[in-house]
Amino acid sequence: MYGGETLIPGSFDYLVAHSIDEAVALLDKHGEDAKILAGGQSLIPLIRFRLARPSVLIDINRIDGLEYIQETNGTLHIGTLTRETELDSSNLIRDRYPILFDTSTVVADPVVRNWATVGGNLAHADPANDHPATMLALGAHIVATGPSGERELPIEDFFTDLPFETALQANEMLREIRVPAPKQGSGGAYFKLERKVGDYAIAGVAAYVTLDGNGNVSYAGIGLTNVGPVPIKARNAEQSLLGKPLDDASIHQAADLAAAAAQPTSDTRGPAEYKRDMVRTLTVRALRKALARATGGQ
Amino acid sequence: MSTHHITVTINGTTYEGDVEARTLLVHWIRDTLHLTGTHIGCDTTSCGACTILVDGKATKSCTMFAVQADGRQLMTVEGLEQDGTLHPLQEGFHQEHALQCGYCTPGMMMSGLALLQRNPNPTEQEIRVGISGNLCRCTGYVNIVKAIHYAAEKMQAAEQVPVSAGEGGE
Repeated sequence: MYGGETLIPGSFDYLVAHSIDEAVALLDKHGEDAKILAGGQSLIPLIRFRLARPSVLIDINRIDGLEYIQETNGTLHIGTLTRETELDSSNLIRDRYPILFDTSTVVADPVVRNWATVGGNLAHADPANDHPATMLALGAHIVATGPSGERELPIEDFFTDLPFETALQANEMLREIRVPAPKQGSGGAYFKLERKVGDYAIAGVAAYVTLDGNGNVSYAGIGLTNVGPVPIKARNAEQSLLGKPLDDASIHQAADLAAAAAQPTSDTRGPAEYKRDMVRTLTVRALRKALARATGGQ
Repeated sequence: MSTHHITVTINGTTYEGDVEARTLLVHWIRDTLHLTGTHIGCDTTSCGACTILVDGKATKSCTMFAVQADGRQLMTVEGLEQDGTLHPLQEGFHQEHALQCGYCTPGMMMSGLALLQRNPNPTEQEIRVGISGNLCRCTGYVNIVKAIHYAAEKMQAAEQVPVSAGEGGE
């Protein structure tokens, strides 16, 4: 009825949740057969390609109060349904969290960003998505809500060893993302190399550092996009930076270690060795920009 | 497989109907309502030919289910022209020769409209970013950017002279 060539989704039941409790109850009832429909900008294409075949979709777009960006008591709270475009246009994000501004403005394209959500970008756990690397670099926490209440887990425990899988139970939903507010001497940046607007990264690197009063690195976070089966936290690179000034030698050493942590495969976006080298280059750029921002520049 | 009764306002007209949950918004608009100005290009959320406004937000209507639009206000390319008078965007695309095959044009104009509603006086760079979710394989974008700029100027001039729209200096 729609012509022969279009991609028609498989059948499913569509349920609207009007509250978090209702969404969790529906998840609890339908289990693994159900998927949360947030912005839908990844899920709907997957359903169209029949790569995902949920039998129940639980639409959370009608739940009030899930779209917010607030900094309180040293923590940035991002509601799960916050659209990328809200990060793009937030003065708080632009002024205090430029690494998040870097990230949201390169997610897909502006039309997709009107619906795409931060929570969905993380819960989808696609290694090609941009927020996972940035949240790994920032040391964010995930708030998950289930039938027995809430739990908070560090972002590195949220992602697992398998692509498109998270630590969320089948009856839990991601409710909020918590990011530590920047301490004095902090800065971060996200660099994404892409063939064109709207494409996934050839490679992407997020870096976030805090410098102590002597100019030595007291915190370092480095996350990598689309150079492995899952979002990658470059632990050795992070460790190598601690307790030292962020100079050319330490930046290049960290970049080599980040490149070593990458597990790229060759595909239409380029050969593996090229991607690994791009991780090295982008890590240098991200750390330099992070340093500039940590010391008062842009 | 659930079926839903939906009520949607499109270009000021209220439409009602029963849709399968899996029916995509663009298919309902084109195949059921016969508003065929909205095009299907890539089917993969890439090209933007199906861009419409949903509650004022530019939206790829191939990436939303019709049932999600229940109760919402939509605008498609058919809503631009008013009583035989072209919208400044349509006039701009005509004047600046901003289309060749025309396939991307409805989506380009709707993304352009969303941009101008948010930012009435965009720079060239802001226009280019604003339409970066819409692909054109003919024009190289130069004249599309000019057309949106044309519309911005015309709409701003109309704002400053509060007589009826269309009474420009032709």
